[in-house]
Amino acid sequence: MSVANIEVSETPLVLYALRRADDALILGHRLSEWCGHAPMLEEDMALSNIALDLIGQARELYSYAAKAEGKDNDEDKLAYLRDVRQYRNLLLVEQPNGDFAQTLVRQFFYSAFADLYWRAMMNSRDTTLAAIAAKSEKESAYHLRHASEWLIRLGDGTDESHARAQAAIDQLWAFTGEMFAVDDGERALIHAGIAIDPGTLRGRWLQTLSDVASEATLVLPQNDWMQQGGRVGRHSEHLGHLLSELQSMQRTFPGLTW
Amino acid sequence: MYTQALNTAETNDRSLEDAGQAAQFQARIDAEERIEPNDWMPAAYRKTLTRQISQHAHSEIVGMLPEGNWITRAPTLRRKAALLAKVQDECGHGLYLYAAAETLGTSREELVDAMLAGKAKYSSIFNYPTLTWADIGTIGWLVDGAAIMNQIPLCRCSYGPYARAMIRVCKEESFHQRQGYEIMLTLCRGSDEQKAMAQDALNRWWWPVLMMFGPPDSTSQHSDTSTKWKIKRFSNDELRQKFVDATVPQAQYLGLTIPDPGMIQDADGHWRYSEIDWTEFKQVLAGNGPCNRDRMAARRKAHEDGAWVREAAAAYAAKRAHRQTAQAAE
Repeated sequence: MSVANIEVSETPLVLYALRRADDALILGHRLSEWCGHAPMLEEDMALSNIALDLIGQARELYSYAAKAEGKDNDEDKLAYLRDVRQYRNLLLVEQPNGDFAQTLVRQFFYSAFADLYWRAMMNSRDTTLAAIAAKSEKESAYHLRHASEWLIRLGDGTDESHARAQAAIDQLWAFTGEMFAVDDGERALIHAGIAIDPGTLRGRWLQTLSDVASEATLVLPQNDWMQQGGRVGRHSEHLGHLLSELQSMQRTFPGLTW
Repeated sequence: MYTQALNTAETNDRSLEDAGQAAQFQARIDAEERIEPNDWMPAAYRKTLTRQISQHAHSEIVGMLPEGNWITRAPTLRRKAALLAKVQDECGHGLYLYAAAETLGTSREELVDAMLAGKAKYSSIFNYPTLTWADIGTIGWLVDGAAIMNQIPLCRCSYGPYARAMIRVCKEESFHQRQGYEIMLTLCRGSDEQKAMAQDALNRWWWPVLMMFGPPDSTSQHSDTSTKWKIKRFSNDELRQKFVDATVPQAQYLGLTIPDPGMIQDADGHWRYSEIDWTEFKQVLAGNGPCNRDRMAARRKAHEDGAWVREAAAAYAAKRAHRQTAQAAE
């Protein structure tokens, strides 16, 4: 038995909310995979905590996307009944956990951005988005602190941890450019004061990265080739597997209440 | 989540200790005073409690695995968040309990090493697999329910840090139990498929849950000292009966059938259950449950894969301390 994918009318506002919701859900899901398997109990707790924050953000953003769309979709339909080509998250957040360094570097790149992004979004003219931003900014600030402190420990820890942290930076760097890209629909929202231009945050984001990297004795890559596609549903091979797990119950038992 | 009555009888080394101190200690226990970490205590009391509290901690941590198995597949976002928060609570209980055990003088590292080496036990209920979503409801309802039945009396345990830990743990467990029951209620009010899923989970978990209370009183070898020290306040069979009496009406409300055709209600209102298969219990304890090997392998893998992270944290802390000392000397 299977369930057809839902259709979503992706107006600029719906698409905007979906993209951020998908970022938060997919990253939260990835972090939740660590639960019970982390290097120490304190990190089982911390990574679960961050995952919970992100899943909470995703639920608010999905609900808002559903409301903005005004049809009969809801948070669960949006999360469980869209396939890989309908997902709009950044390629960065769907990358596998890898080792602890890869998880932390992925988190660091994202949180350094999210912290700035949500802080700026608190001034959105859209009151719902401004409220979501206010809550998300507080959470992201903690996520960034957690990831930064770990990156410094790993970078300036042992030879092995340094090598693993550097390898993770090199591997994930090409997925960071997408965070700052904007399409025409989103540009219209920016002009209307509903969204902010992420491109304006790139300088400060880089500054955060180089401050932490320097303390961690790590080096940021010079290459500027960036992978893109997540925002329009062209994903890496990893996302399909994640979704088949995430959506297995709703796909196997369609239309039931859980 | 919970420790079961696994403790074996203590060797009696109290002869080496001062008889006066021992008598004074027992008098404090009899007067319902709490024993605190810096108080004098018999070596056997310390050893019994270290083992019981650490077994309890190991159970919380290993118990994260069967439920963690469903975090990535929870059927709705609300369920996903609730399950993740619950498993995180279990981890918090584990940390809290390791800290309580450490007040008795053994480090968390030593305790964890003993578990990973297979020398320390954890509750054997976690050696059963979670096959469907209904297992998550059933674990909350029955496994946490049995845990609460065991842990409420532990809130009055003579050892202060353990008793205080149990007060907090019981509050959270009781929330988990309601959450589990609510999952079952949703399933039982759902489709035929969902009801069948709920019944199947109950069928698989019922007997292992009854075994959580430990061997029958007739064969239990160690309750005397623990009772005298007010670590244990009710016998295994007493707690098991309380649990069964509380659970049968809950199952009836759900419309589920307890998988025990021989069960009858006696004149005093107690639900009398059939003979428990203690061979299965012994097999699981001996390492032959369906998931013993998987659980140990998962914990060992997490520990080994994380070794370089813990080493890095230690190396960084040492470097930092060294730099601070050097700075202070300038």
